Amino acid sequence: MTYSFYLTTGNRRLTNHWKELLFNRKPAAPEHRHRATDGHRPTLTTSGTRGPTMAELAAGSLPLGDPAFNYQDEELTERLKRLYPAVNEEETPLPRSWSPKDKYSYIGLSQNNLRVHYKGHGKNHKDAASVRATHPIPAACGIYYFEVKIVSKGRDGYMGIGLSAQGVNMNRLPGWDKHSYGYHGDDGHSFCSSGTGQPYGPTFTTGDVIGCCVNLINNTCFYTKNGISLGVAFTDLPPNLYPTVGLQTPGEIVDANFGQQPFVFDIDDYMSEWRAKIHGMIARFPIGERLGEWQAVLQNMVSSYLVHHGYCATATAFARATETLIQEDQTSIKNRQRIQKLVLAGRVGEAIEATQQLYPNLLEHNPNLLFMLKCRQFVEMVNGTDSEVRCLTIRSPKSQDSYPGSPSLSPRHGASNTHLQPGGESPTCSNGVTPPINYSESNSSDSTKPHSANSTQETSDSEMEIEAEHYTNGVVEGSSARIMNGTYKHEEILQPDDNSIGNGVTADEGCINGKQLCGGNQAATERMIQFGRELQGLNEQLCREYGKNATHKKMLQDAFSLLAYSDPWNCPVGQQLEPTQRETLCSALNSAILESQNLPKQPPLMLALGQATDPGPG
Amino acid sequence: MACLLEAPLRISVLSEVTATSRHYVDRLFDPDPQKVLQGVIDMKNAVIGNNKQKANLIVLGAVPRLLYLLQQSSSSLELRTECSVVLGSLAMGTENNIKSLVDCHIIPALLQGLLCPDLIFIEACLRCLRTVFISPVTPVQLLYTDPTVIPHLMSLLSRSQRTQEYITQIFSHCCKTPEHQTVLFNHGAIQNIAPLLISPSYKVRMQALKCFSVLAYENTQVSMTLVNVLVDGELLSQVFVRMMQRDQPIEMQLTAAKCLTYMCRAGAIKTDDSCIVLKTLPCLVRMCSKEHLLEERVEGAETLAYLMEPDVELQRIASTTDHLVAMLADYFKYPSSVSAITDIKRLDHDLKHAHELRQAAFKLYASLGSNDEDIRKKITETENMMDRIVSGLSESSIKVRLAAVRCLHSLSRSVQQLRTSFHDHAVWKPLMKLLQNAPDEVLVMASSTLCNLLLEFSPSKEPILESGVIELLCSLTQSDSPALRVNGIWALMNMAFQADQKVKVEIVRCLGTEQLFRLLSDPDTNVLMKTLGLLRNLLSTRPHIDQIMSSHGKQIMQAVTLILEAEHSIEVKEQTLCILANIGDGNTAKDLIMTNDDMLQKIKYYMGHSNVKLQLAATFCISNLIWNEEDGSQERQDKLREMGFVDILHKLTQAPDSSLSDRAKTAMQQYLA
Repeated sequence: MTYSFYLTTGNRRLTNHWKELLFNRKPAAPEHRHRATDGHRPTLTTSGTRGPTMAELAAGSLPLGDPAFNYQDEELTERLKRLYPAVNEEETPLPRSWSPKDKYSYIGLSQNNLRVHYKGHGKNHKDAASVRATHPIPAACGIYYFEVKIVSKGRDGYMGIGLSAQGVNMNRLPGWDKHSYGYHGDDGHSFCSSGTGQPYGPTFTTGDVIGCCVNLINNTCFYTKNGISLGVAFTDLPPNLYPTVGLQTPGEIVDANFGQQPFVFDIDDYMSEWRAKIHGMIARFPIGERLGEWQAVLQNMVSSYLVHHGYCATATAFARATETLIQEDQTSIKNRQRIQKLVLAGRVGEAIEATQQLYPNLLEHNPNLLFMLKCRQFVEMVNGTDSEVRCLTIRSPKSQDSYPGSPSLSPRHGASNTHLQPGGESPTCSNGVTPPINYSESNSSDSTKPHSANSTQETSDSEMEIEAEHYTNGVVEGSSARIMNGTYKHEEILQPDDNSIGNGVTADEGCINGKQLCGGNQAATERMIQFGRELQGLNEQLCREYGKNATHKKMLQDAFSLLAYSDPWNCPVGQQLEPTQRETLCSALNSAILESQNLPKQPPLMLALGQATDPGPG
Repeated sequence: MACLLEAPLRISVLSEVTATSRHYVDRLFDPDPQKVLQGVIDMKNAVIGNNKQKANLIVLGAVPRLLYLLQQSSSSLELRTECSVVLGSLAMGTENNIKSLVDCHIIPALLQGLLCPDLIFIEACLRCLRTVFISPVTPVQLLYTDPTVIPHLMSLLSRSQRTQEYITQIFSHCCKTPEHQTVLFNHGAIQNIAPLLISPSYKVRMQALKCFSVLAYENTQVSMTLVNVLVDGELLSQVFVRMMQRDQPIEMQLTAAKCLTYMCRAGAIKTDDSCIVLKTLPCLVRMCSKEHLLEERVEGAETLAYLMEPDVELQRIASTTDHLVAMLADYFKYPSSVSAITDIKRLDHDLKHAHELRQAAFKLYASLGSNDEDIRKKITETENMMDRIVSGLSESSIKVRLAAVRCLHSLSRSVQQLRTSFHDHAVWKPLMKLLQNAPDEVLVMASSTLCNLLLEFSPSKEPILESGVIELLCSLTQSDSPALRVNGIWALMNMAFQADQKVKVEIVRCLGTEQLFRLLSDPDTNVLMKTLGLLRNLLSTRPHIDQIMSSHGKQIMQAVTLILEAEHSIEVKEQTLCILANIGDGNTAKDLIMTNDDMLQKIKYYMGHSNVKLQLAATFCISNLIWNEEDGSQERQDKLREMGFVDILHKLTQAPDSSLSDRAKTAMQQYLA
């Protein structure tokens, strides 16, 4: 009957004190907040001086002539003017409410289209529903911000707050599809055009105010929770995104604040920092000796852009005509071009080999990049496109229809420009910059076209040169507008399918090629399994050297998950097999190579273009 | 004059350069005041930016002569002013220059000069004083030796923007101790300096702000005063918030954040105040980001660690702000591999700050993880974190080692981490190494961490035991520092919990009964409590009880008696009664109580005590003594009945406290059976 003394009851050692505090406090806070703000919001409508749009009139939400409303609306207009002085709302109206037209049927709107509630069954992710704002974020904002208050987390709190381009499927939560980005309340993960999220921030629930800030100067986005910045969530955002929210279970209700009320987060302060930064940059900009050499600066910008994307012949021609020098030598440009081409064709193994050969140490110094490449290589093995498995399959000889999924090899067809236009929002920047010839190239990323004309393209690198230049131009710009156009098309194809992304494309391909794991070859499958083990080994080695890496783990998991399904192209992680997934990797590799040569990872022209699209104050 | 020149002549490096330098000095002795003035002006022009020239002039004895001219009331104001300008210029040179100037008593001479009514001269003197005082080699105490100096400086604050800038700069560099803070506070520093925060001059605003940061640091009196100060109708805290705006210079944001941090830590601002949660904390997190200078990142991290140290809510907020936990991982990447090849200057810079960065990051991690289990998990999952701590524990810089062990200590409060990452990375090895010959501050942290590693569920317990830790811990219990004694005995207590007989014997052998009983009379209650805890853990399971009591029974009973008779807190007495209860559980050890009537009377007394905890422990003891199934239980029951215990037990069965009444009922059942 000994009665032993349990230790460490003392100060601060493994004490449960704080846990208790947490439990005592946590539920109280949201309740309190809930009560504090659950009062009736002032009724507001969406349009200010610009007059009602058709949609708003249709929704009948415009209490014209109400003096209280006019006052509120004036206040909104005032605030928006102050926040975004450079925006001309005649040309590019700001988002002022959710669009009753651009939403999934499970979404209900009220309170002048500011309140969103879920009215579907909410059984599973197929019941997800989103709504976009009435207008995309104008580039002239420079920095754009909106907040969403969680009025109720409903049954499960599967709420996503974020951004999406026009045309992205609304039967989904923001972030799940290409050109869609979201931060989800249930797990706190960020979703960057992918069905699987990355650990990002805390979870959020009833009473929380979540803000989303789009920085159009550097194309990033960060979120805030109750006025605290959570850090960058997305980079390389495309232009013309709409504020978007998505809900998935009954009872979920959120309210938007597009400027109707003061924000919880001090966005003015953030804007002032960027204003000061840019003023400082301009003030400190060294002109000195280069004064009056604007011609040379401009030529250099054009040349560096051409070189960056590997338009070798054009760059040479340009250099000859302007009597300037190219900063990178020809072979290097061609090398990069070759490597990019291999990645885009899904021949990642060869791309790695080529990189290691041409840029020794580059991948050693970028273990993350190497890992990404190897992961991709594995995926391509599953796809049957990587040369390590392809050479084992008799079915696809090298020169013939070899890369079925690759956008790079689809034929150029003049008609594709017409596909572009239905997308509607032809982004402003693509027109001025890209030579028309590239336009058609870029659209060839629509992989549903038959691949018959391709066989000759692959014979030798030298022959490829001209072709490759065009195609690189189109595809490497993963985040640029032109690709987006291509994707709109995907979406259009996808929508009727009402299934997860990827199905539409792969189903088509399946018809054409009768897709099988590793091209259906036993030896290839074995090689793939062996490679998977090596990959696992690499991951472990990296873990030992650099510590655990959640992104790697996730990547590996996703890649290996492909094997769990009888038809990888039609599975929840099947998206990975899409050829478009090669683009980001390709541009990352290109940037890494350029950086290793002490060249800018982004061409100055693109930077200038981004700045020019934002007219700035005045 | 000859003696002034003699010393330098002995120096072999004398060259033509000194010849021209000597010419400058010679001219200071010209009988014509006009020529002296011209000489001083020429000297001024000659020394600007020329460290060698400055050193030469000092060696040649220019300083005493300049000071002489400066102090002479017969000198023209112009000459006196030029003299202080030259002296100020000399002070701008190397630290050796400053030392020479201070040795020549430049400070009292310049302070004397401040009494002159001429503003230009005052400004020149202040500028020179400023340069001397901001040097780390100048003893700050020199500012406080003459009690009239501070009030006079306060009065000069109104004279011009320059006097404001120099004086506030002097204050902010010379306020190093609580005494300095009090002196400045008592002379009205707050009222005098507060208006300067809205000065049109950036330099004045900045220096005034720095003044407040040093005044408020760990000073409740100053902090409490500051919150109520109005500047042009605005609360001071709001002025600081404005200075933290993101478009302000980083130095200003950082210093304003420090002011608010110190005011918050001193209790003048609540930790949930929006100016802390939404302004100060995010500002400090921003300072940690890669885009700032290494110095700023170090200061930002240290200040943030200090701000949130006592508040779990702030820790939680910080842990989700701007990816702070991941951002800090970058602090360990200096010097970066890139800097080594491309830029020697940068490498040098990186190297200089590498230690500072690492220790700042460890400190911030320690602060972040001190309470919340999820945050600790997040920290340990950061790339290479455990490896970094392990290598930090054996770094050459003591600051880094201390910070690393603080971080480890903070993480060691997690049961999960103790079971997993701590074991995987064998952190106990470097920790044990660190415990050998470390300075006290490191020892306190390291031994405290060791306490947690010795918890019964920690897989590191076994290997630590095998590494001969007992001796080390026993030696800690003999330390002069109460904190070390507590940690030593605490670790032993944890070690003895449910330990093998072998370990227990080893502890008793190594500690020695003498030391054990010395600790039982330790002036520090914490030490006493843990020692009793150790005894209790030693005296558990019957064979152990009997074995220890058979060898040390007499002393233990003595010690128990002493403690029960002395003035001690309830907790101490409860602990002691629990030891008695454990003794009562032994087979042979029981007799030590049963044969000690005095002790039985004491137990009886505590059964009727007003404190339930003591009643419970005493009842426990009796219940053990009368337990049925043991040899001789009948005699013990009889004896105790005679002594009136049954009546007390009976009464206790009616006790309002249910655990006490249950215990008494169980005991009564022993009689019924």
